[in-house]
Amino acid sequence: MANVNSPKLRRVYVWEQPVRIYHWLNALVILVLIATGFFIADPLTIQSSREAADQFTMGWIRTIHFVASYIFFFNFLFRIYWGFVGNKYANWKQFIPTSRHFFREIWSVFKIDILMLRGKEHLSVGHNALAGFIYFFMFLAFLVQSITGFGLYASMSSGWWFPQLFSWVPAMFGGDIFLRQVHHLTMWFFILFTLFHVYLVFYHDYVEGRGEISSMGGGWKFIEDDVFEKHMELPNEPPKS
Amino acid sequence: MDNPTAQKSPTYLEEFKRKGYSRKDFLKFCTLMAAYLGLENSSVGQVVQALTNKPRLPVIWLHFQECTCCSESFIRSSHPIVADVLLDQISLDYSETLMAASGHQAEEAMKNTMTKYKGEYILCVEGSVPTAADGVYCMIGGKTSLQILEEAAEGAKAIIAWGSCASNGCVQAAKPNPTSATPIHKLLKGKPVIKVPGCPPIGEVMAGVIVHVVTFGRLPELDGLGRPKAFYSKRVHDTCYRRPYYDAGLYVESFDDENARKGYCLYKVGCKGPSTYNACGVTKWNNGVSFPIQSGHGCFGCSEENYWDNGRIYERASAFPGFGIEATADKVGKVALAATGVALAAHAVMTNVRKKKLIKNLEKEGKQSEQELKK
Ligand code: HEM
Ligand code: SF4
Ligand code: SF4
Repeated sequence: MANVNSPKLRRVYVWEQPVRIYHWLNALVILVLIATGFFIADPLTIQSSREAADQFTMGWIRTIHFVASYIFFFNFLFRIYWGFVGNKYANWKQFIPTSRHFFREIWSVFKIDILMLRGKEHLSVGHNALAGFIYFFMFLAFLVQSITGFGLYASMSSGWWFPQLFSWVPAMFGGDIFLRQVHHLTMWFFILFTLFHVYLVFYHDYVEGRGEISSMGGGWKFIEDDVFEKHMELPNEPPKS
Repeated sequence: MDNPTAQKSPTYLEEFKRKGYSRKDFLKFCTLMAAYLGLENSSVGQVVQALTNKPRLPVIWLHFQECTCCSESFIRSSHPIVADVLLDQISLDYSETLMAASGHQAEEAMKNTMTKYKGEYILCVEGSVPTAADGVYCMIGGKTSLQILEEAAEGAKAIIAWGSCASNGCVQAAKPNPTSATPIHKLLKGKPVIKVPGCPPIGEVMAGVIVHVVTFGRLPELDGLGRPKAFYSKRVHDTCYRRPYYDAGLYVESFDDENARKGYCLYKVGCKGPSTYNACGVTKWNNGVSFPIQSGHGCFGCSEENYWDNGRIYERASAFPGFGIEATADKVGKVALAATGVALAAHAVMTNVRKKKLIKNLEKEGKQSEQELKK
């Protein structure tokens, strides 16, 4: 077979180090929050002959949940900040549609990846537009989970000012009982999101062969030369801000 | 508070004495109230002064859709003065349950208080107001509850919603709420209402709220839901004596099991203490004898909004309204999880079918490079 089939690949630095650190820290604390959250919601039966004073199982689980919560929240704030100062693939415009081109790309990703129509493969180097738009809702879920979580936490924290910023939350939900339900239900968004996310990363790696999975490790993606050239002509990427 | 028309009314202290209580009893009572209100020691004097000098506060106490458990709780509060004196002393000018007068006389008394003490009296409301069918579900003396409430609220100095009925509708407002039972703060727009929820509220808490209004002449500090912070800023869970078992992870698994006999935490059998703001763990009930958790039954959140619709009493995971008939958040989640699994598996299969050529090409390309490397 002739070599002409083999395209030349260009290496693109897509995910900067702060984005990668954010990503894996976020993944870790979310897993911890889900595990501890499930435990808080329905603690396991512990058979123990020790005195209550000698154990602190639920206490530790809750402590871990709250420590992870702080990390989760400030990591999230950092990511928002990075959406303004990071490279174009990290920019907030990747998540919030600001042009008609954005919607056109969402439609084309939808056709190709979900309806599985044959067509020109989409060309995004960073997030594709549909993924970016879904991440926007993911960030909203982060916000909901932080607000409901810190709202619950406000009345049980030692009283330093930060959690107290959220002390208005329970009243908005008509009390802690419903607030907890919302917090619990939102957790399922995280679980489902994680499944979709991991699946789609494998999917893209598989059908595109551009190093999707490893990109969150080293930051590199590999795109074909002709795609690279097309991109230089396209107005689709937001300018570096 | 210093209202010339009320000048002739006796002060609290005078009434206490008339009832046969000694000054010592009086001081004890003041100290107790100050403690319930969470005041500093130095403020006890303020309470004493207020009750010594201030004339009795006229009170109109209305009953709508309710079971009178709030009145019951009030007259049974632990300190004899609360029951015996304070209730009399707040000069209940109108209360369907407790006044001696009836019929036109009673209506007359209420009208008198409303005109004579305009802007001075405290309006206490027990019960919710049904607004369906033009209010026919609860009418007194030919008037609907709403009419009576609005008239009485007009000249009130302070409005207190006793109990969960007046504060959040309680059981009669539970779905489907056939009479459109409505808590009073929703009907008295723009008027501050002190909510004292609970089913019933604790008698000492009720007395404390009144003493606060008498002493300071203004509403107590309220939380986001309009409840006095002095009594509703802590969760039952925060003052529960079983809390060490909660933290240790030792729970009653079912009523009457070994753990229940050991007095473990009731979290897993549905205790809503972690989400309920009330003073039960501290003040307790019936002269401080006990409170539900001490008697082996979880808190069911009676002082929280919509507690009847907020899920099952004996289960930790609350039912989530709106999904199917009643599903817990986890049931909803598990269904979504299964659906996701199926969808993703289908997608994976379809990918290999529909994008066969694409994948083949990638593979070919990769293998070719591999071959070339071998050379
Ligand atoms: C990925 C994010 C998170 C997940 C998946 C999660 C999950 C959960 C779950 C499942 C529960 C149990 C709810 C129930 O009782 O049914 C819970 C409780 C709780 N979470 Fe989170 N949570 C997250 C983030 C947060 C954050 C950011 C905070 C902020 C402080 C927080 C604070 C709390 C608090 C205070 C409770 C109640 C604990 C208690 O009452 O002892 N959570 N969480
Ligand atoms: S019995 Fe209820 S209020 Fe007491 S510690 Fe357990 S969960 Fe909290
Ligand atoms: S323990 Fe809970 S349900 Fe029982 S009276 Fe107190 S607040 Fe109401």
